[in-house]
Amino acid sequence: MNVKKIPQTENSLQTLAKARTGISGLDEVTFGGLPAGRPTLICGGAGCGKTLLAATFLVNGAVMFDEPGVFMSFEESSADLIRNVASLGYDLAALVEQKKIAMDFVRVERSEIEESGEYDLEGLFVRLGYAIKSIGAKRVVLDTLEVLFAGLGDTQILRSELRRLFAWLKDQNVSAIITAEQGTGALTRFGLEEYVSDCVLFLDNRVDNQITTRRLRVVKYRGSVHGTNEYPFLIDTHGISVLPVTSAGLAHSASDVVISTGVQGLNQMLGVGGFYRGTSILVTGTAGTGKTSLAAHFVDSVCASGERCLYFAFEEAPAQITRNMRSIGLDLQPRIDSGLLKFEAARPSLFGLEMHLARMYREIEEFAPAAVVLDPISALRGETGDVHSMLLRIIDLLKKQGITAFLTNLLAPQGMDHADAGVSSLMDTWISLVQLESNGERNRGIYVLKSRGMNHSNQIREYQLTSQGVKLVDAYLGSAGVLTGSARITQEAADAASVMRRVQETDRRRREIQRKRDSLERQISELRASLESEEEEARKALEYEEELERRMRAERQAMAVLRGGSAP
Amino acid sequence: MNRSAQADPQEAAVQDGHYNLRLYVAGQTPKSITALANLKTICEEHLAGRYRIEVIDLLQQPQLAAGDQILAVPTLVRRLPEPLKKIIGNLSDKERVLVGLDLRSEGTP
Repeated sequence: MNVKKIPQTENSLQTLAKARTGISGLDEVTFGGLPAGRPTLICGGAGCGKTLLAATFLVNGAVMFDEPGVFMSFEESSADLIRNVASLGYDLAALVEQKKIAMDFVRVERSEIEESGEYDLEGLFVRLGYAIKSIGAKRVVLDTLEVLFAGLGDTQILRSELRRLFAWLKDQNVSAIITAEQGTGALTRFGLEEYVSDCVLFLDNRVDNQITTRRLRVVKYRGSVHGTNEYPFLIDTHGISVLPVTSAGLAHSASDVVISTGVQGLNQMLGVGGFYRGTSILVTGTAGTGKTSLAAHFVDSVCASGERCLYFAFEEAPAQITRNMRSIGLDLQPRIDSGLLKFEAARPSLFGLEMHLARMYREIEEFAPAAVVLDPISALRGETGDVHSMLLRIIDLLKKQGITAFLTNLLAPQGMDHADAGVSSLMDTWISLVQLESNGERNRGIYVLKSRGMNHSNQIREYQLTSQGVKLVDAYLGSAGVLTGSARITQEAADAASVMRRVQETDRRRREIQRKRDSLERQISELRASLESEEEEARKALEYEEELERRMRAERQAMAVLRGGSAP
Repeated sequence: MNRSAQADPQEAAVQDGHYNLRLYVAGQTPKSITALANLKTICEEHLAGRYRIEVIDLLQQPQLAAGDQILAVPTLVRRLPEPLKKIIGNLSDKERVLVGLDLRSEGTP
């Protein structure tokens, strides 16, 4: 509690002390809260949430900022009020018990009151003063003072007393909220705005195309800057949240952390191996190109890294998505069970755009995911400008908080329309899924249209939705261009056949050569053999010659011996 | 609180036609003094002997303001006879006070 009070004291040094409302968004719009120690007027038509806003201011003050409060009701009894705010999840009765909130129901019934002579409203002051003192209140709500105009006849007295009341409230140094009914042509029916000049909030509940949107506007805020737009706000079981429209700053930090797309081939296509954390990713494609499947892969990969992911489904029920994803081998149910994945499904027509935005805003605040999926943004119907501004704001919001945004967009078969082109410029990464039609079949192609801050593939890759998930197939790049599907398969088969042919040819040649070598070697050995036999014959002939020679010589000797001659 | 707790048994005991009146004021302002004086005059004129006036100064007992739904001062509350009636102002308009206290219908004096 003390920590939260520090900015308040800092503020008081600079400009005006402010009492934080604790309502998400409202403190941003008013740059810190309502004026502390001064009255604030909240006006608006019936059922626009004045009382609930005031009650929230009080409850948050008591619970979050240690500032007890007094709720003085002129319309509803305390019991009714306790019941009504219980719908926002506030336990007023317990807070009353803990002396953090005091309630006083002021009943003014004209029929019971006779007026005779002069009077003043000191009784009201006494009651309020007593209630403030009894719990040391710092905040006061008066809901709705205008009932006094119906209950008391003398408006002269009433007006001067109201003037005194507001001055008195300032003297008490309480941050007060006074609610008032909207008047025709004026902010309030009885002109209360002329007494409360410090801060005026105007609430509005407008119906556009059968869809109601609550809006809040800071009409004036003396001594403080404030957002001047109309801001949508939301009342539901989680209380009130106001959605600041302006987040004009582009001061968000850029992260270098890369998160996987969940599809291996796609990671390879992106130069850094995935998406940068905190960027926004748009996946566009015509019907049945597998946008949701790609989103599911991404979700699964985020959850696998132990981080939370919030999935806004606008067209399918969560059960349907999980069932369908099981068919491509992706079971998201364990992720849901472990609390890492949360589906938020709502028909786009259920609320207006602003309400969707406010709801998403609150869900994101609450769940604090690392990644958010919007599937598909084309389901959000409305004026092109409205849709664009809404997406701009949600993307801004996500960027500011460093949340990765994954948006899918269904394209009309003929291509983009203007809204898409407008949104795409906000995106950091744009992945396009296309149907490649040729040879009587359709195949799925994926390419990275743009991806800021990384070198990415320029290829159109074919991918398949298999029972093991999305698989990117190497595209066939040949003389006939990129081939996909059965054309690719045919071409691949043809390629394989020609390779085989080449292999066989080589084998054949090798065998031919071997055979040639064999025959040559045979010839060589034959020649050698014939040479050897010739040599043998020559040798034998020589031996014979020599033998003959020797015999002749021996004969000649023997003859010489016979003749008695001497040896030669 | 003490005062009303003491007053209750007495109120239960009073007989019909008895007027139990409470005048809520905030300090001794001219308005409250005038109111008390006016009230006393009217009561003496129309309710002699069968009325009781209890003056409550809210500055001293602020906790009593909520019980009777006091908003304006001075407020005169007719606690008995039933139903509860309230007259606000300094009671200078005698006719309105008589109407407020249902004394006109009784046809007095």
